Amino acid sequence: MVGSTPLGGFLLVAALLFSIGLAGALTRRNAILVLIGIELMLNAANLNLIAFWRYGPHPELLTGMMFAIFSIAVAAAEAAVGLGLVISIYRHARTTDLDQMNRMKG
Amino acid sequence: MQESISFTPQLAASPIAEILWLIPALPIVAAGLAALLKQPRRKTAATLAIGAMSVSLLLSQVALAHVVGGWTQGVAVRETVNFAWMHAGATSVDLGWVLDPLSAVMLAMVSLVGLLIFIYSVGYMEHDENFTRFFCFMSLFAGAMLAVVIANSLLLLFMGWELVGLTSYLLIGFWYQKPAAAAAAKKAFLTTRVGDVFFLLGIVWLFAQSGTLLFYNHGGGSMERAALTALLAQPAAFGLTAAGAIGLLIFAGAAGKSGQFPLHVWLPDAMEGPTPVSALIHAATMVAAGVYLVARVYPLMQAGALAGGTTTALTVVTWVGAFTAVFAALIAVAQNDIKRILAYSTVSQLGYMMAGLGMGGVAVGMFHLITHAFFKALLFMGAGSVIHGCHEEQDIRKMGGLKADMPLTFITYAVGMLALCGFPLLFSGFWSKDGILEAAQHWSVAKAPFYMLVFGALLTAFYMTRQVAYVFFGHWRGGKTAHESPAVMTLPLVILAFFAVALGLIGTPAWPWFRAFLEGHAAEFSFHRFAEPGLLVLMGTSTVVVLLGLGLGWKLYSGDGPAPEDADVLEKSVPLIWGWLHDRLYIDELYGVTVIAFYGWWARVSDWLDRRVWGGLVAGVAWAFGLFAQFNRFLDNNWVNGGFDKGCEELVSGGGLLARVQNGRVQTYLRILALAVVALVAILIWSSRP
Repeated sequence: MVGSTPLGGFLLVAALLFSIGLAGALTRRNAILVLIGIELMLNAANLNLIAFWRYGPHPELLTGMMFAIFSIAVAAAEAAVGLGLVISIYRHARTTDLDQMNRMKG
Repeated sequence: MQESISFTPQLAASPIAEILWLIPALPIVAAGLAALLKQPRRKTAATLAIGAMSVSLLLSQVALAHVVGGWTQGVAVRETVNFAWMHAGATSVDLGWVLDPLSAVMLAMVSLVGLLIFIYSVGYMEHDENFTRFFCFMSLFAGAMLAVVIANSLLLLFMGWELVGLTSYLLIGFWYQKPAAAAAAKKAFLTTRVGDVFFLLGIVWLFAQSGTLLFYNHGGGSMERAALTALLAQPAAFGLTAAGAIGLLIFAGAAGKSGQFPLHVWLPDAMEGPTPVSALIHAATMVAAGVYLVARVYPLMQAGALAGGTTTALTVVTWVGAFTAVFAALIAVAQNDIKRILAYSTVSQLGYMMAGLGMGGVAVGMFHLITHAFFKALLFMGAGSVIHGCHEEQDIRKMGGLKADMPLTFITYAVGMLALCGFPLLFSGFWSKDGILEAAQHWSVAKAPFYMLVFGALLTAFYMTRQVAYVFFGHWRGGKTAHESPAVMTLPLVILAFFAVALGLIGTPAWPWFRAFLEGHAAEFSFHRFAEPGLLVLMGTSTVVVLLGLGLGWKLYSGDGPAPEDADVLEKSVPLIWGWLHDRLYIDELYGVTVIAFYGWWARVSDWLDRRVWGGLVAGVAWAFGLFAQFNRFLDNNWVNGGFDKGCEELVSGGGLLARVQNGRVQTYLRILALAVVALVAILIWSSRP
């Protein structure tokens, strides 16, 4: 299976995933959708980590896998914090519209 | 007039000498504690003061016993404890205390009389609302006085001396609500200050010459041979040696404290204070401090005297003392205030002491000081008892017949009065006064002081008889009837009366214990001295003089006494002289038109200078600075401010521009971030092109 699909294919999918995530994060006004976009970008990065590991010089070491697992764990924590923030902001301001959350400027 | 003979140097001070500092320290600490008390804690304050004084008395007795013990074994004890107080370069200023016969005797006297006066005060000040403050000041005073006594350094002595001055001011002005008391306190303070300035000059001079202010320091002290020889070799102005000049300066300080003419004016006015204060200050301690000082620096005063001769300083001391003795006794004759008579009597007796020091040496003057301290404290406290019993009446013309109302006060007062008059044989005053008269008789310089002092003795007997006749005999001329004082007041009187009699025993010509003790040779008991030519004649003369004074006084005043508004018997016969004496020979008025007028004029000149000259100068400087400030403001407004304002505006607008970027929209930030990443990637790709 590894032999059949070239590295470029994985990278292309990852790049696509990242772009979709970035677009979502930049354009959506709902904070939850922005978070989803960020998750997409993280997963694109994870895909890259795995792909480079499998096609790299030492596929027998578990380096790439470990990176990915750490990254997923961090992403899960980050998602939890992000959602928590969104909920508390919602409770406070009764909205999740990012354009209206501009009170933390200097 | 001989130096201490069998003086063996003491290398290590005995334990009692080591803790001698406790004697003044305890009352001072008690005063500090009393100062922290709240007003109503009367018992605590009195207990503190009396307790501290009792311990001091105990220690003093131990010290005296130690010195007497050494003396009986043929050692003239002189133990010193010295320490450096501060260093300045190679020189150091030393302080220390000394235990020798002189300080031991004085310590025992001051603490005993002080304690009795404290106990007496409990009764006398019973109704005073400032009872706590009173005991605080009294304690401080006693501590300061004891510090003067034990000092082995002129500087430590001066510190105690000034503390005594301060507390005397506080105590004389204790009833400061009375304008007279406040004025008297001020007068006492300023008058003694005049003497103290000279005293301080003497101290500085002595330090400059001898490099030390210690009296005794195993041969290195200023009262010891090496320093005195150096001082004698140093000439000063008017044919005096430095030793003589310093001695005179120190005597000026002593004259201020001891109320010698012409600085005596404060002492009678100081009677405005409470009577225990008068007893403490004017009998036992403060006024005695001057005499004690002269006795302490006696080696300096005596330095350079030939055998049996005298020095300029001692001659001055003698003349001032003899003159004061007669002068004050004359004034005392024509006073009507019971305490004022005693005050002038004190001035007069201090004159005797000074004359005794000048002519007969330390022992003669000090013996009169000790006996006088007891009987004069007794008289003052008796007078206080009389005043207390007569409902604060002090005019002897408004008293009379009190011997029936106040028997105990009368008996003790009579003892004190006879001791003061020098009634023959039984009373201590007779022996101490005779010692002075004997010295005067043998004085080589002049005979006049002898006659002056004999005349003074006559006057003393006369005015004391007048006072006693007015107060205790005749019939009651006052308003409310008098009552006897409580036991807490009469008991000290009885104790003092005992000493007023008994102390004579240690100074009779037959057994000159006191003199031998102070001068450091053995005392022998023999009646042979009475056989010496002149001595019995002298005793006879003084007896006749005293009896004459008593008889004269009794003859003139033994009747019922005139009504308060009537003229005195003497006033009727010699109104002119009476008027002079009654008005205190116009010394106060003389000072009023000379010294005080001069100072008033000088103050007005200074005021004018201050307002016109210095004030004008200051105003001119202020005006110039105002002008300069105006100029500065002009510069500020037109140049400096403009530049600053411009700069500030720029900063504000720059800040606004930057703030616009920071608009708080997270997605804007992200977009910028994304664009930046894209740009970065583009640059990387572009630059890594082959």
